[in-house]
Amino acid sequence: MALLKRLARQKLPPIAFTLNGQACSGRAGDTVLTALLTQVDCLRLSDFSHEPRAGFCQMGACQDCWILTAEGKRIRACNTVLEPGMNLRTIAEPRS
Amino acid sequence: MSDILRPLIVGAGPAGIRAAQTLVGAGIRPIVVDEAPSGGGQIYRQRIVPDERSPQDLYGSEAAKATALHETFAQIRDRIDYLPETLVWNVRDKAADVATGNRTRRIDFSHLILATGATDRVLPFHGWTTPGVFTLGGSQIALKSQGCAIGEQVVFLGSGPLLYLVAWQYVKAGAGVAAVLDTAPFSAKFHLLRGLLAQPAVVLRGFRYAAELMARGVPVHFGVQPVRIEGKARVEGIVWRERGKERRLACDAVGYGFALRSETQLGDLAGCRFIFDARDRAWRPECDMAGRTSVPGIYIAGDGAGIAGADAAELAGERVGLILLEDAGFSVDRTRISVLERRLAAIHRFRDVLEAAFPFPDPWAGSIADDVTLCRCEEISVGHVRAAVRDQGVFELNRLKALTRVGMGRCQGRMCGSAAAEVLATACNQSLDSVGRLRAQPPIKPLPLEIAADGEAA
Repeated sequence: MALLKRLARQKLPPIAFTLNGQACSGRAGDTVLTALLTQVDCLRLSDFSHEPRAGFCQMGACQDCWILTAEGKRIRACNTVLEPGMNLRTIAEPRS
Repeated sequence: MSDILRPLIVGAGPAGIRAAQTLVGAGIRPIVVDEAPSGGGQIYRQRIVPDERSPQDLYGSEAAKATALHETFAQIRDRIDYLPETLVWNVRDKAADVATGNRTRRIDFSHLILATGATDRVLPFHGWTTPGVFTLGGSQIALKSQGCAIGEQVVFLGSGPLLYLVAWQYVKAGAGVAAVLDTAPFSAKFHLLRGLLAQPAVVLRGFRYAAELMARGVPVHFGVQPVRIEGKARVEGIVWRERGKERRLACDAVGYGFALRSETQLGDLAGCRFIFDARDRAWRPECDMAGRTSVPGIYIAGDGAGIAGADAAELAGERVGLILLEDAGFSVDRTRISVLERRLAAIHRFRDVLEAAFPFPDPWAGSIADDVTLCRCEEISVGHVRAAVRDQGVFELNRLKALTRVGMGRCQGRMCGSAAAEVLATACNQSLDSVGRLRAQPPIKPLPLEIAADGEAA
């Protein structure tokens, strides 16, 4: 279930990407964080207690929103711009 | 080389842009490095691609200022070397290490202007790591840059002018705001009346935000003490204490923060002397009225030099540019410097009023429960810190970090550092300044392991 709710920018061109192998769509100008949290409510599990995390500061300071690409590269979702064809993986099984 | 000025400006927010404009005006070509894809900083953050919203929709009463700043930056674009989406991750002797994507390189500079701004000062409470809890600044970025609300029924919590501004921006954008929970008592707001003479426009704007929130039926509670976020997988509600009673409200998101804290890591790496700022409850690089740090050639402007807000940042950016030019032997408009300093002095006097109206929630550090997570990266609890004081006699922040890992995680203490200092000082019954500050370590933010270095020339 989505965490973020879109209020604007709904008519911008769709950007196709995959999340955990499933086809998804964001909007031009989305960050990866926005593209993901408008679909799911968890980005990763915390390192020690394995509790769900979904970003916090949205300005590249807290480092809470690290996720993986299908190639295994780590990216910080809040300051990575969504690109067409990105293959993204949350570091937890999405529960939605 | 000595006659060629090559200033490096870190940050393209209000301070960095005005500093760059001032240097460009004197025929200097500064390098401007910024983490964001476009200029404006956090406060006047731009969208990644244009959309249907007007500057008025995005920036409200500050639309004219935001637009003017963006236009200035566009106008000087071809007279600066601008590196967007680039992180300055280290500063050493007259050189900075900067990373763009997977490339890192060294940039030599003659002068350095740190315009690194601030992030939210957050204080932990039960459930603050739950998905759906964001900082106030983060909540604002979601809306401005991304056109998203952090939820459908949002509670805003904390202290500081940003609390009411963000809540008002959400309501204006058509988002559901379930409540505003102000940790300060209502009586604290009477201090704003003192500010009416000094900064009438700012105070009246604040009153307008609060009045419009109430007019639209958003409940505003004062004297609130946050107790816990409810929900495990995501936010389902919030519980707080108010006049001795526990209250609960269903919501699906919480935006919170307690004013701001300066980003100071690069000043630390550059060897700047630090002083304790009692008003900001934090250590920061020492600088004179003009923004000169203790290291010759290194300057600081904007919220990174102590919290003063966006208007002050623009003024300080211009002033630091003029001062740098003067230090480098240029003749500058002294009258203009006097004007800037007068305006800055007025804003700084007003800051005392704001601090009284939006106080730090004392005695927070003594009342917070042992089992609250203090460090969200390393997942260290408040009780862990208190135990280190009790059992190991810790009384200094870096020692605490070594023993407990508080502040050692990926954020390097940006999120927990303020709270850790407060908890440590209270637990060992020392003043806040005496427990010290977390030392900065390069890289100041995580870099990809596959990063490749360009040659040393730049």
